Amino acid sequence: MKIGLYPGCSLEGSSREYLESLQAIAPVLGLELAEVPDWNCCGASAAHSLNHKLALALPARVLALAEQAGMDKLLVPCSACLNRLSTTRAELIKNEALRREIAEVIELSLTCRTRVTDVLSVLAKATANGFSEKIRQPFARRVACYYGCYLTRPVEGAACRRTEDPQEMDALMKLAGADPIPWAFKVECCGAGLSLSRTSSVAELAGRVVEDAALRGAEAIVVACPMCHTNLDLRRSNIEQNLGTRFAMPVLYVTQVLGLALGIDERALGLHRHEVPVRWEKKANHQDTQAPSEVK
Amino acid sequence: MICHGQEDGEHAHCTLAEEAEHAVGVSAFECYQCGKCTAGCPLAAEMDWSPHQILRLLQYAAPELEEQALRSLSIWLCLTCEQCVTRCPQEIDLPRLMEYLRQQSLERGLMHPQGRDILAFHEAFLDSVRKHGRLQEVGLVANYKLKTGHLLQDVLVAPRLLARGKLKLLPQGIKGKAAVRRIFERLQHDEGKEE
Repeated sequence: MKIGLYPGCSLEGSSREYLESLQAIAPVLGLELAEVPDWNCCGASAAHSLNHKLALALPARVLALAEQAGMDKLLVPCSACLNRLSTTRAELIKNEALRREIAEVIELSLTCRTRVTDVLSVLAKATANGFSEKIRQPFARRVACYYGCYLTRPVEGAACRRTEDPQEMDALMKLAGADPIPWAFKVECCGAGLSLSRTSSVAELAGRVVEDAALRGAEAIVVACPMCHTNLDLRRSNIEQNLGTRFAMPVLYVTQVLGLALGIDERALGLHRHEVPVRWEKKANHQDTQAPSEVK
Repeated sequence: MICHGQEDGEHAHCTLAEEAEHAVGVSAFECYQCGKCTAGCPLAAEMDWSPHQILRLLQYAAPELEEQALRSLSIWLCLTCEQCVTRCPQEIDLPRLMEYLRQQSLERGLMHPQGRDILAFHEAFLDSVRKHGRLQEVGLVANYKLKTGHLLQDVLVAPRLLARGKLKLLPQGIKGKAAVRRIFERLQHDEGKEE
């Protein structure tokens, strides 16, 4: 399957292991990813908070470039970018005059014919056939699948069908050999863009997520969004200070878990880049396998 | 647009709720105060007015109450997580309304003091995108610290990020960065100055 890719800024910097692991598993899953040429930042919550037209124009330039490159479909792994690109596309399709105005602002033609898609949908299709034969080392751990905000909301055009209890990531984890647990914080917000400007709020919100996952016996939290990862992993010491407890539970990208199950090298998946070490004291539930980082 | 008082031939006076409805198509009057938005809002506990109370402040159409909404911390704390609009029985797009209220609050010089850091972050973020076309995380953090004076915040985080290969020290602009800068200019979003 050939598909366009919009990595977004986080995946080139503080969340580069998300891109690395996606690119590591892509060839094994038969995915051919072509990056949008000369893409720009989508503006994220900053443009969205301050200047509505700017919040449309920046993603619109990305859509126009993808269109120009002949891409029918664009994979946007970051949930925040996904939200900006898909809501912009929906708004410009609905409002013809606005679409023309924005096309003039970005100096590019824009029909919005390139469709935008999320990582869970792409991975579901790519693993639909013959995935079990490719598994080298089932990821036999209890995992809490954390969807956050933008994979389920806004409901119109959302990646996941069940808004309050989505199942798409859970299904992927089962394919990888994991045991996804039912829990209460699947779609609660981690604090997202306030990570730097109001860290205390993020410690509180992300702390609730980590605490519930730990209480229910999860051995790892699985995410598909760089901001969720930052707030649950990089902000772990803030969370621990706030709650007065330590949590050893690592946070992995969905692409990293699939990569481990496929037997891909840990470094290629960027596991060494996490704040919370990806290792476990206890053996995996699975009888015949060991989690890769267990014995060091 | 039909404004409050217009039908009596008086001088047209638009209430904030009417202006918002006109500008972004979200009507505060559709809210019947069930409180579902507040129940689901992750930051309601830290807000001075909870989400359904912000709507109520607009419904009275009284200037002094509208000002309360524009002076609130709540409009700056909104994470646009979309939980409220997803659960709202009236499908009121509260995040979109909050965005409008933030812009009005800035324009009228009514920003809550605690909104300053949040605004500084957004501005530092956009400064970086305007300059380079993409976000340069190192520049963003440095610029945010200068804007807020929080020079020592997270000083322990940077070396750890660097050790893990997560910090790019030199900005790498895109080829189209002039085109991106023109987008900012056309939409009148200049450095340190809001619309």
